[in-house]
Amino acid sequence: MKAAVLVFPGSNCDRDLKVALERAGADVAMVWHKEDRLPEGLDLVAVPGGFSFGDYLRCGAIAAHSPITASLRRHAARGGFVLGICNGFQVLTETGLLPGALIRNAGLKFLCKDVALRVETAESAFTAGYDEGQQVTFPIAHHDGNYQIGPEGLAALRGEGRVAFTYVENPNGSVGDIAGVLSPNRRVLGLMPHPERAVDPVHGGSDGVAMFGALLGALAGA
Amino acid sequence: MKVRVDVMLRPGVLDPQGAAVRAALGNLGFEGVNAVRQGKVIELDLAEEDPEAARAQATEMAEKLLANLVIESYRVEI
Repeated sequence: MKAAVLVFPGSNCDRDLKVALERAGADVAMVWHKEDRLPEGLDLVAVPGGFSFGDYLRCGAIAAHSPITASLRRHAARGGFVLGICNGFQVLTETGLLPGALIRNAGLKFLCKDVALRVETAESAFTAGYDEGQQVTFPIAHHDGNYQIGPEGLAALRGEGRVAFTYVENPNGSVGDIAGVLSPNRRVLGLMPHPERAVDPVHGGSDGVAMFGALLGALAGA
Repeated sequence: MKVRVDVMLRPGVLDPQGAAVRAALGNLGFEGVNAVRQGKVIELDLAEEDPEAARAQATEMAEKLLANLVIESYRVEI
């Protein structure tokens, strides 16, 4: 399975994400945002956490218009898999690949802690390694993780089973306790918590292993 | 030509920063501040000299980048 991790100025979870994907068995290329094309034959493009472009204008807004994002859109349009974590989730909403937007945490504080999440659907390559309703613990580290979407968009997400994860205790004011959402074809996942920071017992938890393992399993067979 | 784009959170979208500013004003003794909404002012210096063409350019910029229409609205002033 071939994966690319996009790197923007200010990305800081890119190498963690590479390690998590490699441990699951992926061949990972790091791709600088100024490249205008992705490597050939990619199965997955991963957009990492961090503070791309210093969060100027809005979190993820400048990255969403980087040269590489045209290729990211083409990859998604032809049914390729995309994973956006934290700032990567913000980038995916800014590109329009995922619905909604992420605004300042309701409590205004930067939050950095482990949180319990509920797996809302196991019907995706990202979540097939979990049971629906299972609780997992991933770290969060964000200032703008407050997911917002209008009533119609929320109804669509729920009706189509596209809410992937919810917070057991809402830390940031997100509508419907939403922590992560899927695209209509279920091949694009964005989430604020960091599964790549929970792939080794020394991280304090390894609940993220099942996400990368299931993803690699699904893509190896594709 | 100078063009100004104001970007505000849409009504109904929670503005935690505005709420914090309002609380701070209360702490300073300013009474009767019913609400505070915080936005952005973006000044553009465009080569375009025709006002309507400049407005059209700035509008396209706002729609594509300056505002996120999911949560924000914008106003272009020439």
